[in-house]
Amino acid sequence: MLKFVVRRLLLLVPILVGLSILVFAWVRALPGGPEAALLGERATPERIAAVRHEYGLDKPVYQQYVTYVGHVVTGDFGQSIKTTRPVLGDIKVKFPATIELALAALIFALVLGIPLGFIAARRYQTWADSSTIVGSLLGISIPVFFLAYLLKYVFAVKLHWLPSTGRLDPTIDIPHPTGFYVLDAIIAGDWHTFVDALRHLILPGIALGTIPLAIVTRITRAAVLEVSNEDYVRTAEAKGLRRRTVDERHILRNAMLPVATVVGLQTGLLLSGAVLTEIVFAWPGMGSWLYDATFNRDFPVLEGGILFLAVVFVMVNLLVDVSYGVLDPRIRLQGK
Amino acid sequence: MALLSVEDLTVTFSRRGRRPVHAVDGVTFSVEAGATVGLVGESGCGKSVTSLAIMGLLPRRGADVGGAVRFDGDDLLQLSPNAMRELRGREIAMVFQDPQTSLNPVLTVGRQITEVLERHRDMRGRDADREAASLLDRVGIPDPNRRLKDYPHQMSGGMRQRALIAMALACKPRLLIADEPTTALDVTIQAQILELLKELVVDSGTALVMITHDLGVVAGLCDTVHVMYSGRIVESSDRRSLFAEPRHPYTTGLLASVPRLDSPRGVPLRPIPGSPRDLLPWAQGCAFAPRCTRRVDQCTAVAPDLLPDPVTGHALRCYNPWPPGGEAVAVPAPIVAEPIVAKPAVRRARKKP
Repeated sequence: MLKFVVRRLLLLVPILVGLSILVFAWVRALPGGPEAALLGERATPERIAAVRHEYGLDKPVYQQYVTYVGHVVTGDFGQSIKTTRPVLGDIKVKFPATIELALAALIFALVLGIPLGFIAARRYQTWADSSTIVGSLLGISIPVFFLAYLLKYVFAVKLHWLPSTGRLDPTIDIPHPTGFYVLDAIIAGDWHTFVDALRHLILPGIALGTIPLAIVTRITRAAVLEVSNEDYVRTAEAKGLRRRTVDERHILRNAMLPVATVVGLQTGLLLSGAVLTEIVFAWPGMGSWLYDATFNRDFPVLEGGILFLAVVFVMVNLLVDVSYGVLDPRIRLQGK
Repeated sequence: MALLSVEDLTVTFSRRGRRPVHAVDGVTFSVEAGATVGLVGESGCGKSVTSLAIMGLLPRRGADVGGAVRFDGDDLLQLSPNAMRELRGREIAMVFQDPQTSLNPVLTVGRQITEVLERHRDMRGRDADREAASLLDRVGIPDPNRRLKDYPHQMSGGMRQRALIAMALACKPRLLIADEPTTALDVTIQAQILELLKELVVDSGTALVMITHDLGVVAGLCDTVHVMYSGRIVESSDRRSLFAEPRHPYTTGLLASVPRLDSPRGVPLRPIPGSPRDLLPWAQGCAFAPRCTRRVDQCTAVAPDLLPDPVTGHALRCYNPWPPGGEAVAVPAPIVAEPIVAKPAVRRARKKP
């Protein structure tokens, strides 16, 4: 197992090298540069040349790349051209926000999706089953930004049940040792803040979690249907085990294998693809940060942010592969 | 009173838009305490469905079960699902055909045994582990304490079937149903497993219903044999009499189609022509008639009843059975048996160049 993990981590090196070249070339291929964002449309050519020289943008791209890699290897991702804050420092603030949102979405998807899928499979070909399928089809089809605006309009603007933007009420001020506001509130022992942080998570969590929810529901349903017909489930029934034992220990446990795969893929997407949700709900995470950086041609932010997300993506997939081993002894004990 | 008596059991599978299939069509037989009964027939004759109906394991939707299954006097078909769960695994247990797929791949074998002990014998923790190890030991798995921690994929097919038998016998059931327990195994392992079943059943006084298509299995194991065809019993008898004087053309056909070591080389096997039909087989006469070599006009007019045969005392469903002692049909070599029968057969086969 350890060998497997190390090998996968080593694979990160070529992935990162390839990706960094790609990102580096790509951001420089964009029309315009950071100077346009910094100086505006009416800047003089001399000013522009000065700014480009200041950031080393007048050198050949390969030279810029070599310099960049030299810095990154020492842990220096540079600083934002727009805000002049260090990129790494920004990641430390933005990334927990994105993880918190992604986790909320994932919990929403799993807590609802697994039971729904299970019930649908149990009531195979009844109205409960059909409506679950229709519902999940809707969930997959609905555009995220549309759902996000809809939720915001109904529950925040019209009904005033939930906050519409941000992570926390602006009047609340607690220390943020972890950057996860829910966790910070628990550490501070502040019940009011804890509830407020959770309330802020609900709408964006639902908006972001709807597609994974639909997918998890369908996969669970299909897996439960398949596993229910396995011989070992019949064996479990023949042993006279309680229905609940058969369901949980024999059916669900085995049905979770395909679900784990999908959850892994979805988690990667949640972390990197939360852009739309973050923008609609003004969620100060990686998504809206990179979105702004793209418009500002903020090269260091784009490069650092994308590389960081790539590392996260690979790690999440590694975690999923490790979880197979936990779930399935046939994989864990291979070669033994 | 018999331990198990199946009375006029019918199982009909129906699906919307399809013609209903009568998988079991009025089957009656009984099993005395401690007795061994064989249910024989080819694929699709309804023997497995009969066993699942007894266990209450048929799907609730789509399977219509009629008749009565009395166990110890109670009709199992009338019991609530929960009452049936109490009974299954404790009083009636079952061993299935394919040990490769009948064990849960993500649980250790030990866990799959202890869960039965927890459920029906209220054993927990160490006690359950110790009992599970002794069960594995009893079914002949070496180093049982280590094997408890194994996952099914770490065991061989024969060992898995032994583990399944251990699970079935964990609560000392009064009735064990074995549905083709050796079909998926190597021939050498088959004999071991049958020997084991025989031994365990004799030791514990458990009654055994052995479901098989293999007359060799029946020959060495069963007291009574019921031959099934297309959902009905066509001939019933005690084992000796059935092999000595088979009467129903289907029974003789089954016996003749078993390959033998001692038959001369080059003699072709004699399969029963055709295959079982499933569309209303008994409505227009005997379901076996299309494949039967002794068919008479009456056969395709009205289905015969299961009647006592005045000559041999078998129960027989046939208008024109073979005369007793007529065509000599070889008794298949029992897989588990008195070695006197098996040994000369092997020697004779070796002499042939």
